[in-house]
Amino acid sequence: MANVIGIKDINSFHLDVLKEIGNIGAGNAATALAKMLDKRIDMKVPQIRVMKFSEVSDVLGGAEIEVVGILLGVQGDITGKILFVLDMRSATILVNILMGKNVDEELVFDDITRSALQEVGNILAGSYLSALSNLTNLRIMADVPYLAIDMAGAILSVPAIEFGKNSDMVLYIENEFIYGTDSVIGDFFLVPDEISYGRLLSALGVA
Amino acid sequence: MAEIIRVGMADLKVANHPAILTTLGLGSCVGITLYDKKKKIIGMVHIMLPNSRIATASSNKAKFADTGIMELLEQMLALGANKKDLVAKMAGGAQMFAFEGTNESMKIGQRNSEAAKMILQNLGIPLVGEDTGGSHGRTIELHSEDGRLMVKTIGYGIKYI
Repeated sequence: MANVIGIKDINSFHLDVLKEIGNIGAGNAATALAKMLDKRIDMKVPQIRVMKFSEVSDVLGGAEIEVVGILLGVQGDITGKILFVLDMRSATILVNILMGKNVDEELVFDDITRSALQEVGNILAGSYLSALSNLTNLRIMADVPYLAIDMAGAILSVPAIEFGKNSDMVLYIENEFIYGTDSVIGDFFLVPDEISYGRLLSALGVA
Repeated sequence: MAEIIRVGMADLKVANHPAILTTLGLGSCVGITLYDKKKKIIGMVHIMLPNSRIATASSNKAKFADTGIMELLEQMLALGANKKDLVAKMAGGAQMFAFEGTNESMKIGQRNSEAAKMILQNLGIPLVGEDTGGSHGRTIELHSEDGRLMVKTIGYGIKYI
């Protein structure tokens, strides 16, 4: 069947294209984040992670580390999930900058903090997807963001489970945002449903 | 010191006494454990989905409650466990993100727990401990010494079931 590329069919050329998608999407998102914070934001070269489920929980340096996860559904011509993960320190810095407070001030997870973090998720996902949409001419948009503060493994398993229905592997397009010299702000994961890889790649003329 | 053996997502392990089986950061996934009270043989499976029928293709039995528990039981028996001496415990099955509405795929945690319970019941293995549901992650540790299952959370403390 045309247009249906499973994870196991993905070759190194496809990976390069997906990496470029990550670059363009995250570049746009980093610019939006920099504007929002009025700070310089850099990003690392995106990583395409194709892995077994048993490896998923260690992606963020340990399954039990407490993190903030902001999850958005992706709708339109491609479907999937976007997950933005911040460690607690980064979440604190981010919210404090947004609120105009001292960056070291202790973070209280009240409604205001939660909605600030959701808004960050909204803006990042929106700018990432609009870049992706322009590039591919596909209609892609994000749903409302949801927030969870818990173990990294538990949060990363949410998009992984979607893959589990059809595949024994999971594919994440990961971007790290950097603030200041080298403090990581967060990891941004685009996790298209398996069927959407084929659509993404063929929209770019490589499938 | 008992050896600590890690069980990953969609993974299963069995071990003879003395051993500790652990799986970290269960979210909607469910960790199901079996314990042979007499021989102190332990087993753990970390399932992601309730039913292998919903999958289009898979070679990994440990991914699903139905095939995962069956495979776990078989490997326990192969190690010398007796089915009549087995007791089960389970933890996980949370809903990590508070999705609204009735989107079925978002209630996967609850469905995982229900499926696991039904399979254990069909197999006639008593479920003697359970910590499922809620919206928080769990790390679990099964000790061969006495079959106790430690459930560790962020913000909800540690308990033994």
